[in-house]
Amino acid sequence: MTKKISQFGLLLALAFILGYVERLVPLGFGIPGIKLGLANLVIVIAIYLFPLGEVIALDVLKVLLTGFTFGNMASLWYSLGGALLSLLVMLLLKRIGRNTVVGVSIAGGVFHNLGQLMVAAVMVSTRQVIYYLPVLLIAGLVTGFVLGVVAWSVLGRLKQIRGSGR
Amino acid sequence: MKTIKRYLNRYDVILILVIVLVAGGIFAGTVFAAKAGGQVRIQVEGKETGTYSLKTDQEVQILGGKNTLRIKDGQAKMITATCPDHLCVNHKPISKNGESIICLPHKVVVTVESDQLSELDSTTN
Repeated sequence: MTKKISQFGLLLALAFILGYVERLVPLGFGIPGIKLGLANLVIVIAIYLFPLGEVIALDVLKVLLTGFTFGNMASLWYSLGGALLSLLVMLLLKRIGRNTVVGVSIAGGVFHNLGQLMVAAVMVSTRQVIYYLPVLLIAGLVTGFVLGVVAWSVLGRLKQIRGSGR
Repeated sequence: MKTIKRYLNRYDVILILVIVLVAGGIFAGTVFAAKAGGQVRIQVEGKETGTYSLKTDQEVQILGGKNTLRIKDGQAKMITATCPDHLCVNHKPISKNGESIICLPHKVVVTVESDQLSELDSTTN
């Protein structure tokens, strides 16, 4: 139990710090709303290590922490919509069990952006955001791939450590 | 290519193709819709009297029939005017954003504008 709690806290702290690092080094490519989403790396990894309830708790806490610290009320809602939809799709794909970590991460990136845009469409109450959708879908694909490759190698190394009898 | 294959299986490739196709489809759809869209704004003496979609063919009477604007096939053209110079009637049909027909004697201005919001500013992080 203690091990679980400390692992959970470690991952949450990691997500928080990655959110901060991203804030320091924006990789926005000059397009509003697009970023690497480093903190989601932690979520992708957590999906493969933790049970369902803890992953959801981690996801929500990550959004609340980074949202209140670095964002504003509007960005908090966007992030929450994106994070929850993304998590739902990733959990589904993992349960189906056909895709690799990279594939799951790609779906997560794409649906993160989709969720954000849906919240934005409701809050601004306009359909015009659809013009932004293709850009965000492709951006989610690319960032999801990058994060997926990193998550893949991290998970591989974690397996090695665990397998070495410790 | 080989390194990419290391990370992706067949289902991942299908997933990527679906995403790219959906994004491309939406992009093509919005581009097509933007071309066919647009509306004309009619102003008389600086006051707006109405906006009319370029998508629906119609004839608009301005100033009780002193000018008639015909909208057909996504283009707007002034077809009659009671003014002496008929400059507006001789003006070529307009359809692109920002184009306008101006009838100076009657102080009528017809401008084509987008029927979409042009600003896509975002405050998301």
